Amino acid sequence: MARATKAMPDTKMMSGELFTLTYGALVLDLCKDLESAEDVNRQLDKIGYNMGLRIADDFLAKNPRIGRCAEMQQVADIISKNALKSYLGVTAQATSVSPNGDEYSIVLESNPLVEFVEIPPEWSKICYSQVICGAIRGALEALHMEVLVQLASDVPNPTEIRIKFRRVLHEMMPAGDED
Amino acid sequence: MQRGAKTVGILDKSLSKGKNEVNLSTFALLFAEIIRYAQNKVNTVAELQEKLAEYGRFVGIRLIDIIVLREKSYKRDTKLLNVLLFIKSTVWKSLFNKEADKLERSNDDICKYFLIEKDPVVNAFISLPKDKSALNCASFVAGILEAFLTESNFPCKVTAHWHMGTTYMIEFDAEVISRENSMIEANR
Repeated sequence: MARATKAMPDTKMMSGELFTLTYGALVLDLCKDLESAEDVNRQLDKIGYNMGLRIADDFLAKNPRIGRCAEMQQVADIISKNALKSYLGVTAQATSVSPNGDEYSIVLESNPLVEFVEIPPEWSKICYSQVICGAIRGALEALHMEVLVQLASDVPNPTEIRIKFRRVLHEMMPAGDED
Repeated sequence: MQRGAKTVGILDKSLSKGKNEVNLSTFALLFAEIIRYAQNKVNTVAELQEKLAEYGRFVGIRLIDIIVLREKSYKRDTKLLNVLLFIKSTVWKSLFNKEADKLERSNDDICKYFLIEKDPVVNAFISLPKDKSALNCASFVAGILEAFLTESNFPCKVTAHWHMGTTYMIEFDAEVISRENSMIEANR
């Protein structure tokens, strides 16, 4: 097998700003359609979840070196060093690991999603980057791990995501698209 | 976390160089989710395209200033042809990393221009169901284009069509063309 090089040659890139603004258009529309910030957050989480289910396949297919993860610390490393790097183009730090190792934070050094974002006070409860949480939850669920993902902080602070491992899903659950 | 008192407003931050790139898969998945979301709210293909165009306009209004600032040191074109060429080459390059394929003017209607793109990136990953084969997700790009031109003071209506790949039909308001013509007269 060919050694996977650092830069994945088959990964096509595109303008980050177009992506950022497209996401912004979606969030704005959700805010218009839905009454409360909680509803918007829930919808963003669901959108992220749907993306995550597919990202898991894409990620594993393009990174043949990554095998099974035996423990949560390894999962944390791969999410922060590999997955976020290849899908959002950012590096992140896995910090504040709990003593038994099942809970940790991922801090994004920069977050492309929030590049042009300013949140008006009436929407202060909105979790703008909630979609990343949903994506992590979806991707890990596709790999039979049930986790609890929360956004600990977001714009204007650095994005911090708190991940808590709950259990391994043993039974084969069809990862269907819920609508 | 405290939302600090010394929050830096977004206008006080310096503008990035725009070299940030993201994985195309991420965008494709997000775009697919946007279409799925929009689809649940509308009944007809036309409404869905309008919805996508609306998202596109939101994006376009914000992007044009950034691109003009970076690429043209904040000088705007006033001539129609220059604006169109600027969009075809520079704008398209900074958005999609390539130029649009062709720019044409209609023979029958002096207000109509066509921008042709064989394989728009937004259509690359979307499979069309049989009952919705008229749907063109490039409506989103059409919205961006429309916002660019309208914000540059060339009011127009842009729609996406399946023709030689995807064609964006740009229909300028009559005043744009007459203004253009009188400008040419004056310079003579």
